[in-house]
Amino acid sequence: MYRYDEFDHAFVSSRVEQFRDQVERRLSGELAEDAFKPLRLMNGVYLQLHAYMLRVAIPYGTLSSRQMRMLAHVARKYDRGYGHFTTRQNIQYNWPRLSDTPDILDELASVEMHALQTSGNCIRNVTADHFAGAAADEVADPRPYAEILRQWSSVHPEFSFLPRKFKIAVTGAERDRAAIQVHDIGLHLKKDENGRIGFAVYVGGGQGRTPMIAKKIRDFLPEEDLLSYTTAIMRVYNLHGRRDNKYKARIKILVHETGAEELSRQVEVEFAALKDTELKLPETDIQSISTYFAPPALEPRAEGWESLARWKKTDPEFSRWVHQNVQPHKHPDYGMVTISLKPIGGIPGDATDAQMEAVADIAEEYAFDEIRVSHEQNLILPHVALADLEPIYRALVVAGLATANAGLITDIIACPGLDYCALANARSIPVAQEISNRFGAPERQAEIGELKIKISGCINACGHHHVGHIGLLGVEKKGAELYQITLGGSGDENTSIGEIIGRGFEPEKVTDAIETIVDTYLGLRNDKSETFLEAYRRVGPQPFKEALYGGSAQEAA
Amino acid sequence: MVNKVLTANRLSDGISVWLDASGNWVESLQQAFIARHAEAVTALEATGKVAFDDNKVVDANVVDVEEVNGTLRPLRMRERIRAEGPSIPYAAGYNGLAGPNFAA
Repeated sequence: MYRYDEFDHAFVSSRVEQFRDQVERRLSGELAEDAFKPLRLMNGVYLQLHAYMLRVAIPYGTLSSRQMRMLAHVARKYDRGYGHFTTRQNIQYNWPRLSDTPDILDELASVEMHALQTSGNCIRNVTADHFAGAAADEVADPRPYAEILRQWSSVHPEFSFLPRKFKIAVTGAERDRAAIQVHDIGLHLKKDENGRIGFAVYVGGGQGRTPMIAKKIRDFLPEEDLLSYTTAIMRVYNLHGRRDNKYKARIKILVHETGAEELSRQVEVEFAALKDTELKLPETDIQSISTYFAPPALEPRAEGWESLARWKKTDPEFSRWVHQNVQPHKHPDYGMVTISLKPIGGIPGDATDAQMEAVADIAEEYAFDEIRVSHEQNLILPHVALADLEPIYRALVVAGLATANAGLITDIIACPGLDYCALANARSIPVAQEISNRFGAPERQAEIGELKIKISGCINACGHHHVGHIGLLGVEKKGAELYQITLGGSGDENTSIGEIIGRGFEPEKVTDAIETIVDTYLGLRNDKSETFLEAYRRVGPQPFKEALYGGSAQEAA
Repeated sequence: MVNKVLTANRLSDGISVWLDASGNWVESLQQAFIARHAEAVTALEATGKVAFDDNKVVDANVVDVEEVNGTLRPLRMRERIRAEGPSIPYAAGYNGLAGPNFAA
């Protein structure tokens, strides 16, 4: 993984000291809140309902054991013993004192971490496929390009005060696990007919109050043009993006109002002027960054096949976990392990300090010291020998991290919602917990198959409800919580925005509604191989509407 | 008139606080001073502004409450959760509002 050079160390340390001075001046009264607020946000410090919240960046979701231990240490020393992994592959702490935040950032800097650009109208943490560098279906590892973008975008003077925040995601496989089509810029790494590496470029996707699927404006952008073309997009956005209305300020609105064809033309004009400047990436730079992400030396471990088969026969729980949470690796003797942060009835994405320490220990001993955070709020061990799956599973059981539900109905994405968030209108976590408890039986989950439920506590859609196979949006209506259900959303290579199915449901009725939807699906699917999403796309919303509302006028919202 | 209390977040640690009858910022809604008429509400608003300007608190707001069997209860769920903490147990030993006293 990437290691800081001297410049990186000096830069992050100077930012910590700068922020320490700002916090001291704020606490002494020298700086007023209006002046301080944008400064703290630039350092990842928000004010939420109960306390400040610190969002720490995890570039493209990649962590070492040392860094994970530091996250555990911060949770233990400065917070209340836990952290929340987010849909942007970051971690949030819910209870830090403002006065402690410079010390926290100082400690994070010691393991090459920071909280820069986790807030504000700048280019945020660049996200990537959580199976990067390991997936069998990968064309190339997206992380070197994400790292190049990270370096280029860090405190970029031209792009630090954009019309609105800006999110970039990169995937290196045909199967999109980074939800690139709901990002401001989505990059799909591919090879052309000559074997050259480049990108399909998508622009103007996003969720929030106006969900939009990104438009492809380039079929193939050679890798050396990554920064010049991205700069061209940013310049067009920075110039023409709407600053008069924050709800219309994201690039998706600009793309929508300008039209993808015209926007693409404008980008190409900018690009023509930038193409052969210093922004052109030299092959040596790409190579040099790529060496940081070289895969570990994976020795043949063919003995794992036999032992795995034996363990699976003797332990059905282990067998279920392997079936659900282990994916094929590009090396046949290895697998990619999803550590579910969705225990049945638990809080999606939360991990205690002890659990973080346990994951760090396991990664160090068995998984080449590499951990990933997925945008689905789970942790990943990308390189695990099949021969080591059994001891890893035993260690995860001890840590309470062996839930066998990756991709199933209880693998729910949920934002913090009204339990923590100052923007939320309704709670997300208790809804997720009740659904998880209702469907938690392993046999029932297996019978239902792949089904992604995503829950947001407000229209900002941090819980990605627009792209949930079943999406739940919490709203406040007449002072009470109400949950609007959308069906048919998807955040993969066939991205779709879910359709609102009808009037919303009160908190005590929402799990019953989900059960009705699930039972309807089970009753109409062609066979067990037809997933919920496939079935929904085949039959449309009507059978679900009839099941939920009886086809009556009540369905009117 | 709906009863009101003054709430904010403490500058140094962000913890939710309420103004009590002695002019202190306290961590319990139940100790808050209740404004029962317009003049008292105006005084609360002024106090909030002064405390903000004095860099003691941030995000100062006057919020609606009702008294139920001698217990103060904000009318909005947002404020109820601010007063009582997350409605779910979030860490070992903490029960949040999951206990019997929480009325959604």
